[in-house]
Amino acid sequence: MKPYHISIDGQAVPYQPGQTIMEAATAAGIYIPHLCHNPEFKPHGSCKLCTVKVNGRSAAACTMPAGEGQEIQNNTPELNATRRAITRMLFVEGNHICPGCEKTGNCQLQAVGYYVGMLDTHYPHFFPTRRVDASHPDVMLDLDRCIVCELCVRASRDVDGKNVFGLAGRGLQTRLVVNSASGLLKDTDFSAGDKAAQVCPVGAILIKRKGYEVPIGERIFDHHTIGEVSLEHDQAVLGADHG
Amino acid sequence: MANKLKVATTSLAGCFGCHMSLLDIDERLLDLCEVAEFDRSPLTDIKHCSETVDIGLIEGGLCNAENVHTLREFRKHCRILVGVGACALNGGIPALRNHIPLQECLEEAYLHGVGVEDAQVPNDPELPLLLSKVHPIHEVVKVDYFLPGCPPSADVFWKFLTDVAAGKEPELPYELVHYD
Ligand code: SF4
Ligand code: SF4
Ligand code: FES
Repeated sequence: MKPYHISIDGQAVPYQPGQTIMEAATAAGIYIPHLCHNPEFKPHGSCKLCTVKVNGRSAAACTMPAGEGQEIQNNTPELNATRRAITRMLFVEGNHICPGCEKTGNCQLQAVGYYVGMLDTHYPHFFPTRRVDASHPDVMLDLDRCIVCELCVRASRDVDGKNVFGLAGRGLQTRLVVNSASGLLKDTDFSAGDKAAQVCPVGAILIKRKGYEVPIGERIFDHHTIGEVSLEHDQAVLGADHG
Repeated sequence: MANKLKVATTSLAGCFGCHMSLLDIDERLLDLCEVAEFDRSPLTDIKHCSETVDIGLIEGGLCNAENVHTLREFRKHCRILVGVGACALNGGIPALRNHIPLQECLEEAYLHGVGVEDAQVPNDPELPLLLSKVHPIHEVVKVDYFLPGCPPSADVFWKFLTDVAAGKEPELPYELVHYD
């Protein structure tokens, strides 16, 4: 078979037709920052953190198919500055008070912040007033921290076959809703063992009675960058797919 | 060193944990005093800054009118203003009240709270007026550097101050950057 290649930051990267830029990069051990993407699910392309330049034009690496002749820029000061801006916006659009959040140290949003060198949030904070749904016996939903990545929506629909979650509204009004007449999690067949309960990249979906189980200093991102952690996870998933 | 760096510190709506963390640099404080001297600070009990201060470290966010006044005055005197800790950066734990209307907060604390006797909302002209929300400091003044953390570790202060004293652009390695 004729080998196909794209170029990422000057490095030749092989790909198979049908693969996205993200998939080809991951297989080659190149980390492209991402939050709404997880190779276990169909790409969603909403967070725009994975924006790269493809022959000079911006594109989301998680949805853009790899193709012949693509000269891609990924790890450049300019793109990383854009990613820093996006990460800051995600922070100010929610209520991310890390010292009071159980996910801290294991949170992908936080880890992306570290990765892109975010030391402050820069923009005025929205401090939105959002719902906390603690009705379910085993799982807690704090929409203050939801970044509307739709991972729980995809996991519940495609893996659990339950359709517990959905997104409602548009633009800034987009929000996560629960599919029950009351809108409460307790009135769904959601369970802590569901895939959807495990995929949230931030502290919006938390399993109860597990908070702060791992001491500070031993949490995932205390010692590993999201680049390392993500590549390891994503490569394992892709490997499993192909094998 | 001919001219020592003048360092001022102050606290707004915070818990003083960041100042405690600064003190945690322990005996390195003596080395620091070789290159820096403390100006206004709760550590020196000097209440106002000298005309010009090289580095101003400020912890805490803005929860009342006095915080805003203190922050503006502090900014005016500091050549380099450094926002220190989660409260200064995004409001931190005090900002957890931003969900709740101020009136309800006051009523819960002073009227309906468990164990409250002689219930009344404090209302003395000496008390600074509360802002309806807690805000980070960058929403009011220009901040030159940020040291994240709740609190930032002693090593963060040490790295930042020694970098500046050495005339270097301050930089924090990965292990020292935490938002919590
Ligand atoms: S979800 Fe992540 S970024 Fe948000 S408060 Fe929790 S730890 Fe911080
Ligand atoms: S709850 Fe979590 S997984 Fe679901 S959309 Fe929000 S951030 Fe994504
Ligand atoms: S990871 Fe590609 S848009 Fe979110």
